[in-house]
Amino acid sequence: MDRLTAYLFPEQVSTFAQDIDNLFYFIFYASIALLAIVTFGMIYLAIKYRFKKNDEVRLTSSIDHNSILESSFVIIPLILVSITFVWGIKSYLNMVTVPNDAIEMKITGQSWYWTWDYPDGGPSNVFSTAEPLVLPVNTPIKIVLSSTDVLHSFYIPVMRAKMDVLPNRYNVMWFDAEKVGEYSIFCTEYCGTQHSQMSGTVKIVPIKVYEKWLTEAGSEDDDLPLDELGAKLYTNKACITCHTLDGSALVGPSYLQTSQMWGQERVFDDGNSATIDDNYIRNSILEPQSQIVAGYQGVMPTYQGVLNDRELDALIAFLKTLKEDSEI
Amino acid sequence: MSDNHQNNYLTYPKGIMSWLLTLDHKRIGLMYLFGGMFFFFLAGAIALIMRYVLATPEADFITNDQYNSMYTLHGAIMIFLFIIPAIPGALGNILLPLMLGARDVAFPRLNLFSFYLYSLGAVFVIYTILAGGVDTGWTFYTPYSTTSTTNVIPMTLGIFIIGFSSILTGLNFIATIHKMRIKGLTWYKLPLFVWALYGTSLVQITATPVIAITMVLLILERLLGIGIFDPALGGDPVLFQHFFWFYSHPAVYIMILPAFGIISEIIPVHSRKKVWGYKFIAYSTLSIAFIGFLVWGHHMFTSGQSVFSQIVFSFITYFVGIPTGIKIFSWMLTMYRGQVSFTPPMLYALSFLFLFTIGGLTGIFLGAVALDIHLHDTYFVVAHFHYVMQGGTIVAFLGGLHHWWPKSFGTMYNQTIANICAIGVFIGFNGTFFPQFLLGLRGMPRRYATYDNLGSEALVEQYAATHSYSTFWSGILGLAIFISVVNLLWSLRKNNKLDPGTNPWGALTMEWTHTTSPPHPHNFEEEPVLTHGPYDYDKVLVKPTLKRK
Repeated sequence: MDRLTAYLFPEQVSTFAQDIDNLFYFIFYASIALLAIVTFGMIYLAIKYRFKKNDEVRLTSSIDHNSILESSFVIIPLILVSITFVWGIKSYLNMVTVPNDAIEMKITGQSWYWTWDYPDGGPSNVFSTAEPLVLPVNTPIKIVLSSTDVLHSFYIPVMRAKMDVLPNRYNVMWFDAEKVGEYSIFCTEYCGTQHSQMSGTVKIVPIKVYEKWLTEAGSEDDDLPLDELGAKLYTNKACITCHTLDGSALVGPSYLQTSQMWGQERVFDDGNSATIDDNYIRNSILEPQSQIVAGYQGVMPTYQGVLNDRELDALIAFLKTLKEDSEI
Repeated sequence: MSDNHQNNYLTYPKGIMSWLLTLDHKRIGLMYLFGGMFFFFLAGAIALIMRYVLATPEADFITNDQYNSMYTLHGAIMIFLFIIPAIPGALGNILLPLMLGARDVAFPRLNLFSFYLYSLGAVFVIYTILAGGVDTGWTFYTPYSTTSTTNVIPMTLGIFIIGFSSILTGLNFIATIHKMRIKGLTWYKLPLFVWALYGTSLVQITATPVIAITMVLLILERLLGIGIFDPALGGDPVLFQHFFWFYSHPAVYIMILPAFGIISEIIPVHSRKKVWGYKFIAYSTLSIAFIGFLVWGHHMFTSGQSVFSQIVFSFITYFVGIPTGIKIFSWMLTMYRGQVSFTPPMLYALSFLFLFTIGGLTGIFLGAVALDIHLHDTYFVVAHFHYVMQGGTIVAFLGGLHHWWPKSFGTMYNQTIANICAIGVFIGFNGTFFPQFLLGLRGMPRRYATYDNLGSEALVEQYAATHSYSTFWSGILGLAIFISVVNLLWSLRKNNKLDPGTNPWGALTMEWTHTTSPPHPHNFEEEPVLTHGPYDYDKVLVKPTLKRK
C-alpha cells in the first residue's frame, strides 16, 4: 500500500492526507470490483453467445428480466455509495473545522503571484516569487484567502488542500503539516496568460526555526545600495512575471525598452502620451491603470501600499541602469 | 421495390436549393452530420496540437495566450458545435420520424430554422477563431471573462444563438414523439433511442434558456458595465458559476443520454436478442434527466459554498449513479442467450460499456467532497469527463454512425477496416486518457500551458514522463478516428450501392423493416402498419442481408 501510495499520490504531509487517500482506496477497490464484473461479464457473455460460422440465424430467448439480479443492481451500489458519501462528508467536516489554536495567515492572490501576510509581528507583503511560505510544523495553520483581481485557487497537493480565491469575499482553509520540507503550491483556477507560472513553495520548518525567522525576516534590505535593492525587488515583487530585461514584450513592456526610451514620449492606449521619467515610472507602479501603454492589456495590479518609498526609488534606479548595461 | 431515383431521398429532388431549403428531416439530419463532423475534426486537430505542446514542460512553439485560446476553442467547439447537436441533430433527425412511422417531424420548417440557427452560431464561432480566439475557457468564469480583451462577445453570442437551435430541436422532438406515432405504437413499444431523445429534449428545453440568459448577462456586463458578476461593479462571480452549472451540468445529460439511446439500439440488434429490462432503461433515462438538474453544485466544491450545500450536492450526486448502473448491467445482460456478432457497431458498443463504466465510476471519486478537494481542477477531472464525453458519447456516436450508415446512404463500408479502427480508437483512447488520471492524482492542474515552473524539478520530470506517454497515444487515437471516417466516406464511391431492401444487421426497428435503404423521400412508400415490437427477436425472424446492386 505504501509503495502504491508513493506512486499514485504526492507525499502525505497534512494530518488529514492519509484519511483522504484511504477514502480514495476504498472507492478505488470497489470500482475495480464493479469494473471487473462489467468487463468480464461482458466478455464472457459476448464470447459464450457469439454467432459462430455455422450457426443458423434463429429466434432467441425472450428472457429480459430477473428480479433478484435487478434488485442487486440497485442494492449493492447503494450500499457502496452510502459508505462513500458518509466517509466523504466525515473527512470533509474534519477539513473545514479549524482548530481554535490555529495560527492565522492572510494570503492574497493576484495575477500572477501570491503574497503572504504573517500574523502580528511577522513580515507582511512577502511575494511568492521572493520567499517561500514559511510555516511551522505540527501547528494548525488557518489561511484566509482573497484575490485582488480575478479568481484564483490556492492548492497544496501534499496537504490535499485547495480553496478558490475570490475577489469579493474571504475563503478559509486550514491544515496541520506533520513533516518539514519544501512543497509546491499551484494556482488551479484559470487566471490568464501566466496562470501556469503562478506557483510558489511552502517551507515547513521546526517551530523554533519559524519563531527565529519571524523576528529576522526582511531586515537585511536596508543596507543594500538602491540599484541592487531594485534588482532584488524586480524578482521578489514579481515584476519579472510580466516585464523582461532583454527587450522582448511579455504581458507588459520590457524594462530595457523603457530604459532605452528614457526622456522620450510614450503613447498610451487612450491616445495621450507622457515623457518617460522618474515620475512616470512611479505613477505606473502605483496607478498602473491610469496610463496603459498602447498595444498592451491593462492587467497590472497597483503596488500602492506594497512598496515603500525607498523601494520605489530602488526600482527606478534599477531600471535606469539597464540602458547603460545594454550599451557596454 | 423499384430502382427509381425518385424513391431515394438523397437523389430526389435534385439541385443545391433542394438541399438548402429542404424540409426533409433526413436531409436536415445529414447537414447537421457534416457540419458537426467538420467541427469535430477542427476541435480534434486543436486537441492534437495541444497534446504535442504538452509532451514537454515548456510551451514549444506557441505562446501561453495561444495555448489558452486553443483549449478554450477545443472545449467550446466540441461541446456546443459537435457533441450537443451531433446525436440529436444528425442521428436523431434522420431516425426519429422513421422509428415512429411518421412522414417527418412535427414542425419541418422549424426544424430547418433550427439548422440555420446552428449555422449562424457556427459563423460567430468561426469569426471568433479568425479574429484571434478567446481565452476564458469554455466555462467563461467571471470576472476573468468580463476583463479579458479577447473575443468573448462573439463567442458567447454564438453560443447564445446555438442554444435556440437546441431548444427548438428539443421542442420539435417532444411534439413529434407525442403526436406523430403511428397507430398502435404505444410508449412501451417505442425504441429506446426514442426514449433517450425524449429525455434529452426535456433537458434541452428546460435547461438551455438558463445558459442563454447567462450569456446575455455576461455580454451586457461587458458592453454596458452592468454589475451582475464582476465584483468591481458590485456583482458576484460565484453567482455566475451557479448560473453556468445550472445549465452545464444538465448539458452533460444532453450529451450522454442520446448516446445511451444508441447503445440501447446497437446491443439488441447485434446480439439478436430482446433488450434486457426495457422499462428499467426507459425510466432510468427520465430519472437521470431529472436528477441531473439537482447536482450542479458538485462543480463548485472548492468555491467556498456553505458546508450544508456541499453535503446536499454530494448526496444527490450519488443518485445519478444508481440509474446509470442499472443501464450498464442491463446492456451487458442483453447479450445473455443471444447471438452476438462482432460487427463494427457492436465493437464500439462494447468499448462504450468499458469506457463509460470507468467514466461513471471515476465520477464517484469526484462526488466525495473530501477527495474532490484534492482532485478538483486537476487532470483527474480532465480524464474523467473525457471518459464520459469521448469514451462515452463519441464512441457511441461512431457506433451509431456505423450502425445506421447503410440506412442513411445505402452503402456498406469495409467492415474489416472499421473493426480495426474501432479497436484502434479503444486502445488509443485508453492510452491517451488513462495516464491523465495519474497526473491528476499527483496534483497536475488543468489548463496549464506550461509545467516547467512548479517549484520542484522532480515533479516536472514526473509529469513530463506521463504527459509524453499520453501524447504518443493521442496520435494513435486521432489516426484511428480519421481512418474510420475516411472508410465511411470511401463507401460513397460510385457503383457501390446496396440493394434498397438490404437489412445488413437483421434489425427489427421500423426504420429497417418498413422502408428502403436509403429511405424514400417521404419515408414510407405506403402508410406503415405496426407489425412487431422493436426488440421482438424472440418472435420475429429477420435474416441479415447484404446484397449489392
